Amino acid sequence: MAKAKVKERVNWPVTILLIVGLITIVFPLYMAVVIAFKDPSEMTNDIAGILSLPSTWSLDNFIEAMRVTDFFRSFMNSLIITVAAVVVSILVHSLAAYAIGRNMDRKKIFKVSYYFIIAGMYVPFAILMMPLVKQTAVMHLDNMVGVMVLYVVFYMPMNMMLYTGYLRNVPVALEEAARVDGASTWTTYWKIIFPLMKPMHATVAVITGLAVWNDVMTPLVIMGGSGVNTLPLAQMNFQTAFATNYNLAFASYLLAMLPMIIFYIVAQKQIIGGVTNGAVK
Amino acid sequence: MAQTAKAKIGSARNRTFMAILIPVLVIFVLFNTIPLITGFFYSFTDSKGYGSFSIVGIQNYIDLFTDTRVLNSYLFTFKVAVVATILTNVISLTLAIGLSSKIKFKSALRGVYFVPRILGGLVVGYVFSYFFTYILPALTGTASMLASTEWAWVAIVVVLVWQACAQTTIIYITGLSSVPEDVYEAGALDGATGWDKFRYITFPLIMPSITTNMVLVMKDMLMVFDQIVSMTSGGPAQSTESISYLIYQNGLNNSQFGFQCANAVIFFILIAVVSILQTKFLNSKEEQL
Repeated sequence: MAKAKVKERVNWPVTILLIVGLITIVFPLYMAVVIAFKDPSEMTNDIAGILSLPSTWSLDNFIEAMRVTDFFRSFMNSLIITVAAVVVSILVHSLAAYAIGRNMDRKKIFKVSYYFIIAGMYVPFAILMMPLVKQTAVMHLDNMVGVMVLYVVFYMPMNMMLYTGYLRNVPVALEEAARVDGASTWTTYWKIIFPLMKPMHATVAVITGLAVWNDVMTPLVIMGGSGVNTLPLAQMNFQTAFATNYNLAFASYLLAMLPMIIFYIVAQKQIIGGVTNGAVK
Repeated sequence: MAQTAKAKIGSARNRTFMAILIPVLVIFVLFNTIPLITGFFYSFTDSKGYGSFSIVGIQNYIDLFTDTRVLNSYLFTFKVAVVATILTNVISLTLAIGLSSKIKFKSALRGVYFVPRILGGLVVGYVFSYFFTYILPALTGTASMLASTEWAWVAIVVVLVWQACAQTTIIYITGLSSVPEDVYEAGALDGATGWDKFRYITFPLIMPSITTNMVLVMKDMLMVFDQIVSMTSGGPAQSTESISYLIYQNGLNNSQFGFQCANAVIFFILIAVVSILQTKFLNSKEEQL
């Protein structure tokens, strides 16, 4: 019974082509790994010297890179900003989308607010950047808190659209039943609606998290001179100071990529799903 | 009696909704609308970003059109964006068709091809900058592309496409999987195979994915910044300055605050127009099943 259907034939030519094509993805990473593990004396001027496997796999470059880029502090800063921005985005954007989504067909102010916020998607950071540098300095927000607040505002249009779209498919009957039982709107939201939007929370977490973690421009202009670094900022500063030691540099690049790669290995399905959902919806 | 009770609940509900909406709007206006308006205002001044300034009317806008550095940044950005968007979509669609066929190791292959999406543009730029400076010249015996005003933009395109393909491919895979199998079967009965099958069946049906991808990629490419910082810093001879990079560099570091605000206003209008036009144009080509 189980074997009733003839197994479809594997398309080997395409499989092989795709495997060969992986070189384009793997080669830059391979290059980063072998250079990062090598001693500078092993780097001869020909390609073989650069691309051969290191004679001993030494962690010295990594230890040194961690020291000069103050890796743990930058890593923690990136982590704090990303986690805070993601958590606040999920709580605030979903709640705002609920208030707007449930009322935009009845009340004009909610409909106007919706399009007003959505229009923010067309505003590039380049135009907000210069005034924001001044504004955050005046407001004493030229620090990690300010950067976090800005992310919550920048990703609001996109997340708002995702959440309101999702809410259209959540039947109102559920809330009405709770209301008849005497639950307040606030309680109804957190007890019933918020948990129902779990798939969308995952999507929002992935796209906001990836964007924030890898962002350079916002922390660069808002807290660039403050000595507080995120991981990408630490790479930039390192580059200007020690760029000639490539073994050290590549160890540092790998360290910067490692947290995301580990995260991807652990949550590959969720990440791919989140990115796809976020783009297609 | 019952009616007033109901009205009471209704108004409590409305109050809750307003209590949510107002603070959210306040924060959004404070960090999005106000800087936008301030930027617009500064575009009519000769502000250096510090000290006093005076209103100069539309002088900045007139100067923009005669400033060769600004014009070059627009030419460069559009050249890179158009080439990279087309390449990304062609490569991604090809990859997606491959990754959607009956292949071995399907999920592993999809997983690895997605990796560039999760990496930061800055660090990827540093890695590739080494590749273009040392590895490629040694292989081909030519000078580094990044040192050439003629070729540096190509290197930037390569890196941008390398990263952008990951997400674009996944979206095409999703689009392809939504084409129902019986459409192909019906097509096969009519004798559609190979290129015809793609041209007349697949292509029209995945138009929504093409729209999404063209707009998303084009918008990202027009705003390119990280890769410029890590690969060329706008050089050599300012030949790879993107619009965002020039606004950042001269607006914040070289005392052209007011002037670059005017540049940013034009850039903002451009991004909006391009996104709207692209969606409109591509939407008109969508097929309904």
